[in-house]
Amino acid sequence: MSTDTAPTPRGSTRASRPSFADRWTALPRPVQILVWCAIAVFFFVLPLLNLPIVSTPDAEFGAVLATVANYALVALGLNIVLGYAGLLDLGYVGFYAIGAYTVGVFGSLHGQVNWFVLVVMAVTISTASGLLLGAPTLRVRGDYLAIVTLGFGEIIRITALNSEWLNQARGITGIPRPPSTELFGLPSLLWDGATAKVDLGEGARSVFLKFGLIDAVPYYWLSLIVIIVVIFADKLLQASRVGRAWEATREDEEAAELNGVPTFRFKLLAFAMGAFVGGLSGALYASRIGAINPDSFMIQLSMMFLAAVVIGGQGNRWGAIAGGVVVAYLPERFREFADFRIVVFGLLLLLLANFRPQGLLPPRRARRARRADEATTRLEGTEEGARA
Amino acid sequence: MRSIVKLAAPAAAAALLLAACGTTGGDETSSGSASGSSGGDCPEGISIGFFGALTGPNANLGVNINNGVKLAVDQHNAESGACQVALKPFDSQGDQNQAQGQAQQAVGDSDVVGIVGPAFSGESKVADPILAEAGLVGITPSATNPALAENGWKTFFRVLGNDATQGPAAATFITDTLGKQKVYVVDDSSEYGKGLADLVREDLGSADIKDNTIQTGQTDFSAVVADIRASGADAVFFGGYYSEAGLLLKQMRDAGLSSDQVAFISDDGAKDEGLITAAGVEAANGAYVTCPCLPPDQAEGSFVEDYTAAYGTAPATYSAEGYDAATILLDGIAEGNVTREDLLSYVASYDQPGVTKQLKFDDQGEPSAVSVWSYKIEDGQIVADQEIGS
Amino acid sequence: MVPLSTFLDLTFTGLVIGAIYSLFALGYTLVYGVLRLINFAHSEVFMWGSFGAVWALTFLGSRQGMAWPAAVGLLLVALVVAMAVSGGVALVVERIAYRRLREKNAPPLVALISAIGASFMLSELMGLRDRIAGWVGLDGVLAPYVRQARENTAFVNPLPNVTVLSVGGFEIRSNQLIVLVGAIVMMIALDQFVSRSRLGRGVRAVSQDPEAAALMGVNQKQVVQLTFLIGGLMAGAAAVLYLIHIPVTRYNVGFILGIKAFTAAVLGGIGNIRGALVGGLVLGLVENYATLVGLASSWKDVVSFLLLVVVLLFRPTGILGESLGKARA
Repeated sequence: MSTDTAPTPRGSTRASRPSFADRWTALPRPVQILVWCAIAVFFFVLPLLNLPIVSTPDAEFGAVLATVANYALVALGLNIVLGYAGLLDLGYVGFYAIGAYTVGVFGSLHGQVNWFVLVVMAVTISTASGLLLGAPTLRVRGDYLAIVTLGFGEIIRITALNSEWLNQARGITGIPRPPSTELFGLPSLLWDGATAKVDLGEGARSVFLKFGLIDAVPYYWLSLIVIIVVIFADKLLQASRVGRAWEATREDEEAAELNGVPTFRFKLLAFAMGAFVGGLSGALYASRIGAINPDSFMIQLSMMFLAAVVIGGQGNRWGAIAGGVVVAYLPERFREFADFRIVVFGLLLLLLANFRPQGLLPPRRARRARRADEATTRLEGTEEGARA
Repeated sequence: MRSIVKLAAPAAAAALLLAACGTTGGDETSSGSASGSSGGDCPEGISIGFFGALTGPNANLGVNINNGVKLAVDQHNAESGACQVALKPFDSQGDQNQAQGQAQQAVGDSDVVGIVGPAFSGESKVADPILAEAGLVGITPSATNPALAENGWKTFFRVLGNDATQGPAAATFITDTLGKQKVYVVDDSSEYGKGLADLVREDLGSADIKDNTIQTGQTDFSAVVADIRASGADAVFFGGYYSEAGLLLKQMRDAGLSSDQVAFISDDGAKDEGLITAAGVEAANGAYVTCPCLPPDQAEGSFVEDYTAAYGTAPATYSAEGYDAATILLDGIAEGNVTREDLLSYVASYDQPGVTKQLKFDDQGEPSAVSVWSYKIEDGQIVADQEIGS
Repeated sequence: MVPLSTFLDLTFTGLVIGAIYSLFALGYTLVYGVLRLINFAHSEVFMWGSFGAVWALTFLGSRQGMAWPAAVGLLLVALVVAMAVSGGVALVVERIAYRRLREKNAPPLVALISAIGASFMLSELMGLRDRIAGWVGLDGVLAPYVRQARENTAFVNPLPNVTVLSVGGFEIRSNQLIVLVGAIVMMIALDQFVSRSRLGRGVRAVSQDPEAAALMGVNQKQVVQLTFLIGGLMAGAAAVLYLIHIPVTRYNVGFILGIKAFTAAVLGGIGNIRGALVGGLVLGLVENYATLVGLASSWKDVVSFLLLVVVLLFRPTGILGESLGKARA
């Protein structure tokens, strides 16, 4: 096996210098928690800082962050299906659409259900549809799953487009927003060159906590909270028996089956968990945008979700989030490229895939596996040397 | 910062136009210190925005409109002593998610006093409530969904007739003028195409013998054509855009359904050179499109010539509407309405002849004088046929 | 009840579009057979080929109603140009999107992303050709080839479209016949090439067992390139036949057709050349027959995907099974 970006495959220097991950694990628990809290706080106040360079000049930064958070959440969900269980799902947008449509149909078009109930309904229905879709199709061999799920995503969209009950192309408007209270305006920073001035929330754009039309920041916070919860659940799940079963299934399905892992049931579980998160993010999307139509759920969106997970590093939840950020943030940040955005994005995918195939943040297992691989090559090398 | 030379002579202005579209445009820095000709003040950097798809899969329609808007802005800025207005792009890609961010961006940019757009009905549903809440006037050149005007948005205006004016006129045209009693109605399942086709179906009544729906982006219509033939229809109405309209027309004619046997009628979304590109000159001959817009020779001014000189092609679908919408905003700025509030009330009481129609709005923001015309395709040209309703 | 002529009409036109799917599907099937990868960029290979044909005819001044020999000659030139362009683009895709990853043994998903990236780029570059020509300063000279890059570009077919057969309201037109016969001839030629020629044996050997093939002296790199090239050539031919059927193309024409063609490949049994033929024809027919049960044309994709799911549930490897290696029955 050839090496990639690692400068020295010989490994002796590597072993003596602990990696970032190792040093991180060596830190005392309270320090770790403190650092996490600091990071979380930073992301919460990010939209108020209006940081130069980071902020998007040609698109409202709060809205961009809300979109980015949405992508990150979707990527987390797809990461369970793709990264943990190794199932290539090209129709993930279908679950996203089901979540969004559930909120729209029962919150506006055919009902006036409470928002919290709507979200619960959205995840229930999308999870159920995940089970319903998965039960027959997960028996189909791995590669074929791609086209079957792609078909599923299209079927959902075309059905919405053609059925009178779902309002066809007109879509759904007036989708309920999360319940809000208006407590106080939030201060934000204004930058003049490198000096910052504080704008003390008089007539401020962001009001705590108003889920309104003009300002997307509260939706960003909501998504951020959901992301944190999902990350915790994801962490627990991956470390449990379930996570190990997924890993075994992904690496070698037959061997896992022989060792007593009911692979089909675990694949179905992964599919359902993915559908759960997909539906949840769809529900949040619909209540932020307020109006949806079938065009919001084109197949290309599935490709973007997929790209987010793979760019970030499939199998690593932080990677998935990073991938979501890359896919959703960069095109908005570099709006001045306008027409050339998609070309540049395509080039980026190409370069990342070729020069960083494990993604921006490869999962820890991959790093471990790589070290094992290196060790094997080293041993084989010496063996050959000994034989010679 | 006085960098822009103001040109008075019309000939020189035309030369400036050509130069302006040779370069990128859209970011012309205005020297706002000019004292407006009609006495009003003129804040530095005052802008109007174009809101619609400039990139992405629906960019062709958006770019056509933007060209019309840009022509109006350039002409305005070239006038002697005019208040220099910048044109800011709010590129939504026709996507609802991006439309939200772009609408919030437009609302947050205090230089922007008026918007031409949003271009499509779908994005309008997301963006218009935001514009309404902020009191930023938005004149749409192309969103024809009738329901948009019924939301009570005070900032909503449109310069073209909605589907509810065009639909009945098209139906009457087919049955009475063309004398067809067996009409096969196809739509492209888009909000625009389906909405319009449904109105036509309603008004055709029993003359509507069969319906079908295709998908946008579909190219093979052999099953539809076979069904049209089997139905024995003597006319086909297509609700949708020019690309699908042209291909359907081509495949009908290829299958031997000649224009004498089966007439083909489509809508303003199909009133574009692209219809002829897709169908070919031969197959397109004799087809009709209806449009709630005046033929160019009925319009005052030299829009068609100016547009052709600036872009090298004839005005495309909704270019003229874009020009009209921008003109309203620019007239308002020229008369010193440089705040969002003033400009909004100026637009509401506007009453001037435009390129496409008399520009005057009712209290819902609908144009109050709309005349629907039929156009016929002859030898690769879309020529005005007759007025079919108002 | 539908009249017989309508049924025949739907059947025949279904076969015509199905034949195009088949030819297009070959690229997916061959690459999958050899590399076990979904070549997502194949749709753009097709799209570039279609532009090759359009440009060739524009350059040669094609117009409707030309004399027979000249028209046939022009169309053949267009075919050769389209196949050359498609074949070239397919090789470029192999080089930039796949080779490095194959040498590094990267997981298939990464190759898929790489191909998606290549696909976005190839399609957008075509959609921006007017801008790019403007940069280079050639937009004046190249105007007929690059103007209105986002719009449909017309293919001026020099051949007249005459009625070949007309029985009781059912007609066969010459263009349809050319498409159907052309596609089937190409497929048979390819099938013979793969099952009989030395190079074809290499392709089959690699798809059956890459390691054993390598040990037996088959140059794997060459075989992979050959596979992409053949897939590209067939996509170029498919593009010309498509343009004879539907005389316009645009920068994103490949996307939807590519999904259809890929569905056809899986339906017939991916990796299997005859499977691609059967899958394409079945898909074309089913799409058209959806009309018979009264479904609007907009449901046809749903029908074809449901068919795919049902087929895969009962025959998990497609109608004919997946065996490029055993293509010679």
